[in-house]
Amino acid sequence: MALKSKKFRWERKGLLGLRELSAEEITYILDTAEGFEQISSRTVKKAPALRGKTVVNLFFEDSTRTRNSFALAASRLSADVVEFTKKSSSVSKGETLLDTARNLEAMGIDIVVIRHSAGGAAKLLSRNINACVVNAGDGFCEHPTQGLLDVYTIRKLRGSLDGLKIAIVGDIVHSRVARSDMWAMTKLGAEVTFVGPATLMPGQVEQLPVKVSYSLDEVIEKVDVINMLRIQFERLGGNPFPSVREYSHYFGLTVERMKRAKEDILVMHPGPINRGLEMESEVADGKNSVILEQVTNGVAVRMAVLFLVNQAAAQKK
Amino acid sequence: MKVILDSKQIEQVLGELTGGIVRDAKGKADVAVIGIRSRGEILAQRLASRLSEKLGEEVPCGTLDITLYRDDLNSPQGGAQPAVRTTEIGFDIDDKIIILVDDVLYTGRSTRAALDALIDLGRPRGIRLAVLVERAGREFPIQADYTGYKADVASGESVQVFLSESDGKEEVVVGKVSGKR
Repeated sequence: MALKSKKFRWERKGLLGLRELSAEEITYILDTAEGFEQISSRTVKKAPALRGKTVVNLFFEDSTRTRNSFALAASRLSADVVEFTKKSSSVSKGETLLDTARNLEAMGIDIVVIRHSAGGAAKLLSRNINACVVNAGDGFCEHPTQGLLDVYTIRKLRGSLDGLKIAIVGDIVHSRVARSDMWAMTKLGAEVTFVGPATLMPGQVEQLPVKVSYSLDEVIEKVDVINMLRIQFERLGGNPFPSVREYSHYFGLTVERMKRAKEDILVMHPGPINRGLEMESEVADGKNSVILEQVTNGVAVRMAVLFLVNQAAAQKK
Repeated sequence: MKVILDSKQIEQVLGELTGGIVRDAKGKADVAVIGIRSRGEILAQRLASRLSEKLGEEVPCGTLDITLYRDDLNSPQGGAQPAVRTTEIGFDIDDKIIILVDDVLYTGRSTRAALDALIDLGRPRGIRLAVLVERAGREFPIQADYTGYKADVASGESVQVFLSESDGKEEVVVGKVSGKR
């Protein structure tokens, strides 16, 4: 399963997106994450790999899973974690992103984990500060660690992504998860189909390395994995679909639809779930659901990312 | 390159190591063998099967990856970049006598890392160190309990262990150092 080559060297002191990574780099992160998985299940949930390092969780948008997952990953590797939230910071007084980051850096931090509503925020930061920068979601661009934990989960359960058919369903246009998933999954050999109403498809979707379908009923029988995206009400402008009921009728993963799916289909969701909208509760909690495994694996994947960027930084000293 | 142990001698040395461990362990506590990746893993498996035979009971065997416990993670390391791999120990180490196995004992730094890694997994009754080869050059106050072969090696030379499972041949050689070990 692991193709860990002894000669491979991880050279990036940041993780900005999966688009720019090679299949080998993605595989290397996944292989590395395997070594971190057991830490979270043993009595002493700590290893000293990032002892003496400081990680800042710089979150300009709300988050439950990603923020806590990064915090746990960092603290289980013995790093100190500083939590930054937009609401209680000087951003409310008008301080810019770069000034905020530079000031935090002046206090001696090593890794910045950033989530921001503006696409490219992580890249901007990485060009202007010396600390390692890990993207925890930027606008509609990328959410690389979510993409990594999704492919990690699939690889763990299926052995490989090569040749798998995967549907990503719903609010594609607002989804950075869909984009990071697409890059990781296709680079590892899967065939990805974006499924959703035309109003929730990105412009120029035909230029992306995916198939497009406007009917969930057409793809449900064919896929090995289905990733149901959350309808991002907070980002919806206008009326992309006539009603919530109509949306779930056509694009919701219902018990009825699941009867037509492959028996061993993996049902995924990046969370948080709108229960009853994109997915019925019985499906979210059903035997095909791997939603909580995704969350568990997320900690190991983020440990691997923090570890690797720190190593690359140490070697560039 | 000078061969200090050939396949026959490796076989013999493993037999002696087994004998020593059996003498101390017979009729006493539960013994388990844990090898340090990667050569120690192979040696641990060989020792565990020999010990199981001699003691007449299954001796559990596990593998320890010490990468996260190394003391050089934050120093620039030239060519080598240590890869994190899995620790696979499918038994409870509490109250066992752990035979920690490595191929070569040199500075003692790997052993230090392994001790810390083991303590994070539980509380064994004791930990004993068994090595195929030991050489001078200790930087930490660490010594082996069971030594297969004491090699007389100059400081500018390195000891390399080749095992059939990983390298397709069985020998221990001494040669000039090509990079930092």
